[in-house]
Amino acid sequence: MKIKKVEAAKIEIDMTPMIDICFQLLTFFVFILSFEGADQDARIQLPASELAKPPEKSEDVPITLQVTKDGQILAGGQPFPNADAAKSVLNAERTMLEQRGRSVSDANIIIRAHKDAKTGDVQQLIKVAQSVEFTKFSLRAKDKE
Amino acid sequence: MKIKKGGDPAVAIDMTPMIDIVFQLLSFFIFTLKITTQEGDFNITMPLAAPRAGTPDPNQVPPIKVRIRATADGSCNGIFLNPNDDGTGGTPFGTDGWKQLRAHIASLVGTGSQAASAEVTIDADYNLDYENVIKCITAVSGEKDAAGHITKMVEKIKFAPPRPPGG
Repeated sequence: MKIKKVEAAKIEIDMTPMIDICFQLLTFFVFILSFEGADQDARIQLPASELAKPPEKSEDVPITLQVTKDGQILAGGQPFPNADAAKSVLNAERTMLEQRGRSVSDANIIIRAHKDAKTGDVQQLIKVAQSVEFTKFSLRAKDKE
Repeated sequence: MKIKKGGDPAVAIDMTPMIDIVFQLLSFFIFTLKITTQEGDFNITMPLAAPRAGTPDPNQVPPIKVRIRATADGSCNGIFLNPNDDGTGGTPFGTDGWKQLRAHIASLVGTGSQAASAEVTIDADYNLDYENVIKCITAVSGEKDAAGHITKMVEKIKFAPPRPPGG
């Protein structure tokens, strides 16, 4: 018996719904992308506070300094063994501010210290920043929910 | 001249490269997604020069000092309100008396304009765990009720000069 050879039918999948969903997902992820956490460091676990609410307006000239549990200072992406060693970064920030026609009083030092860091290390950092004439400080905490 | 009328041939656009790129972008955004908790700031002002001694404003609340002592491992060993100049004495509030401290400060400064002008100085031991300082600032700077409404109290917070390590 002769068997008739049947050609496989070409199946066309409609890709439109999948592309629609992909674009919607893409748009969602693009919109929720935030660069605010760029200065966060995994070594720092902030203390929690029920009153810690994000500021309504962003700081004019924020300078973020971080204090690890063992007293290391992270400033400008570099680690320093103690607050005195980080003074060079603060001096550089001050020079940059002055070159841009701003004063140190415009800057706000944001301190992100680990919850188990020594209070004295944080105070030493504030003291060093004061020696470079910074006067405004913010202690950062995470929202307690 | 006779123009030949012909139907437009169906142009099939190859979607494969676009879908590839869309998937790559999607993967990138999914993998870089970082779920973080909200962060907030407590402002403290540390003036360079000590304030001039003058006639105190009779309507102003006298400066409040909170002394936090630490154990050897850094945990809180006691909260004292308005201690002596050498750091001893003062009204004790126990090792976890933040709520009592808040109630006491609220009775001293209220929540009106007096609270806004009141100033609290935190005097902590060098090796005290920093989270206790945030607990203290939270206790004196306001209260959040069950509905999530925040009542503000003291807004001027500063640190006493740092104590020497082990001191």
